[in-house]
Amino acid sequence: MTINLFDKGGCPLERQRFTWKELAGKPISKLDDDAFTRVRIILMNGLEHDALRMKQVMLRMNRHARVALAELMRVEHEQATMVNWLLSSDHSPLETTIGFEQTAIEVTASVAQLEPDPYLAQGYRYALLEDFDHLYRYSALLDRLEGKDANNIIQGYTDIAPARPTLVHHRSPANDLLEPYGPDAALATKLHALTLTGGEYQTHDYYMNIGPVFADPLARQLYAEIASVEAQHITHYGSMINPDETPLERMLIGEATEIWNYQACAEQESNPRIRAIWERFLDYELGHLQVVMQLFKEVERRDPAEVLGDGKLPARITFASQREFVRQVIAGETQLRKDGTRFVDEGAEARSSIAWRDQLNSEGSPSQAVSGGWHWTPGTELNYVAGADAAAAAAAAAS
Amino acid sequence: MENEIAVGMNRTGLDMAPLARDDMVEYAHTEAARGPESDGSFEAVHMAYIEEAERVGSVPVPGTVKGMANTAAARLKGKKPEVLIDKLGERMAFERAGTRLYEAMLLKCGAVDGANNPVEVPQLAHIRDEEEKHFHMVRKALERLGADPTAMTPCADVAGVQGMGLMQVVTDPRTTIAQALNALLTAELSDNAGWELLVELASAAGHEDLANDFGEALRQEGEHLALVRGWLRAAVLQEAM
Repeated sequence: MTINLFDKGGCPLERQRFTWKELAGKPISKLDDDAFTRVRIILMNGLEHDALRMKQVMLRMNRHARVALAELMRVEHEQATMVNWLLSSDHSPLETTIGFEQTAIEVTASVAQLEPDPYLAQGYRYALLEDFDHLYRYSALLDRLEGKDANNIIQGYTDIAPARPTLVHHRSPANDLLEPYGPDAALATKLHALTLTGGEYQTHDYYMNIGPVFADPLARQLYAEIASVEAQHITHYGSMINPDETPLERMLIGEATEIWNYQACAEQESNPRIRAIWERFLDYELGHLQVVMQLFKEVERRDPAEVLGDGKLPARITFASQREFVRQVIAGETQLRKDGTRFVDEGAEARSSIAWRDQLNSEGSPSQAVSGGWHWTPGTELNYVAGADAAAAAAAAAS
Repeated sequence: MENEIAVGMNRTGLDMAPLARDDMVEYAHTEAARGPESDGSFEAVHMAYIEEAERVGSVPVPGTVKGMANTAAARLKGKKPEVLIDKLGERMAFERAGTRLYEAMLLKCGAVDGANNPVEVPQLAHIRDEEEKHFHMVRKALERLGADPTAMTPCADVAGVQGMGLMQVVTDPRTTIAQALNALLTAELSDNAGWELLVELASAAGHEDLANDFGEALRQEGEHLALVRGWLRAAVLQEAM
C-alpha cells in the first residue's frame, strides 16, 4: 500500500461520523487476539490523545484556526474513544499496564532501528532500556499482587528481565532534555519523535489515573515512581522536537504521523475486524491532512511540501518481536546515564541527578522492593523451585 | 450470544511461542542476576503502611433524637451499637447491589436461547424480587434504630469493593450463563453467611424482632443458594457431557 501525502484526499471531514454503538464496539479478546493487536490499540490511542492535546493548546492561541480545530478535534476524540474502547474489560489495570510497557518496548525498538539520526537513535535506545526495566518491575507486581503471569499478556514476544534499574531513572529535570532535530531533519525523524512523545504521554496519563485505584500500598508507590519516569520520558522525547517549528508545521507533522502509523497498523493487523478500523481511520487522517494543508496555505502562506518533502512516507514501524535488538542494547548500553543532553558512562552522570534521586529513594525504592529476588518464571514464581531445574537435569543425565 | 466455551486460538500460554520458549526462560533466569536481592523490603513497606493506616471511614452518628436515645441506651447496656449499624449497612448495600446483579442476569438470560441454559427465568425473577424485599427490610430496620439508611457505612463500602468483580462478570456480554452463575454463586455464599451473622448479631444486641425477620431472609437466601448452585451444576455438566 503506497501512499503519497499529496496524492490522496481521504475521507472528507464532513463525512467522518460515528454512532455510540460504533464507539463502544466489540472489544478484542485478551486471550485470543495477538499481543500486537493490543500494542497497536495502545499506540494509536496515545497518538489520538496527543493530536487532541496539541490542537487544544493551539485553539487557545490561533484565532484563524478555531473552527477547523474544533471540527478536527471532535472527530479525533471519537477516534480515540473507538480505539481505546477496543480494550476488553477483563484486562485488570495492571494487565493493561503490561500491555503499555510491551508497546513502549517493541515500538521504541523498531523506531530506534529506523531513526536515521544517530544521536536521536541513541535517545530511543536509552529510554527503551528504562521501559524494559519497567516491564520487569510491573511483572513482579502482577505476579505477587494478582498471582498472574505477565507472559499471558505479552505472549512470548518480549523478554521479562531487568535492564537499567528503575531506581536510577530519576534524573534532575535538565538532564531529561535532548538536543532537538533541526529544520532540515528527515521526515522520518519528525514522525518518530512525535510518535514516541504521544505514546509516552498516554502511558504517563494512564498510570496517573489508575495508580490511585490500587489498594496495595506498594502498587501505589510503584505507579507513583514509574509515572514519574514516564513524565521524564515525555520530556525526553518531546525535547527531540524542533522547538522552532510553527504550530501549523507541527500540526502537519502530526497528521502525517497519524497517517504513517495507521498505515503501519492496517498493513500488519491480524484481526480483520480491527484492520477495518485502521483502514477507516487511515482514510480519515488523509482527510484531516487536507484540512490542515489548506489551513497551512491560508495562514502561513507556505507550501506544505516545505514540511512534508515529496510526500513519500518513510519505512513503517514493524510490529514484531525486537528481542535480539533489545538484548544487544541491554548488553551494551545499560550503564549509560545522562549529563545534560549528552549520554555518558555511569561514572560521569550529572551529580544533580544523583542528588535528586537520592532524595526520592531515601525512604526506600518501590521498584526494588517489589522485585526483590524475583525473576520471571512461566506460570508465576510459585512454579519456580530453586535447584529443581538442575536436579531434573542431573536425574535425566543419570538415567 | 455464544453460550458455550470453545477450543480456539488462545495465545496466552508459553506453548504458543515454541521457538522463543526455552530461550526466553533461560534469558530471564540469567539476567535476573542483575535484579535486586530479596531483602524484606516488600514486607516492610506493607507493614509500615498497615501500621500507619487510618480506617476507610466511620459509622455515621444517628441523625435523630430517637436514634441517639437508642444508641445511648445500648451503650449503657455495655453494647457497641455501631457494629450492628455497620453490618446492617453492609447487608442493605449487598441486597441492593444483588438486586441489580440479578437484573443483569435476567437480561443475559433473555438474550440466550434455551441451549445450555438451565436457569428458570421466573425463579430467577423471584430471587431478584426477594433481594429487593431484603433491601427494604434492612432499610426499615436501620430507620427503626434511628440510623440513616442513605448513608454508606464502612462495611457497606468494603462490600461494594468486594462485589466489583461479580458485577463485571455478570454484565460482560461475552460471559456465558455458566460463568455468570459462578459469580452469582459467590454472591449467594457470601450473602448466606452474612445473614447468618446478622441474625446472631441482632439477637445478641437484644433485637429479637429483627433477628426473627432476618431469620426469614436467611431461609429465603438458602433457597437462592440452592437454586443457583443447581443451575450452575446443570449448566457445566450439560455442556461437558
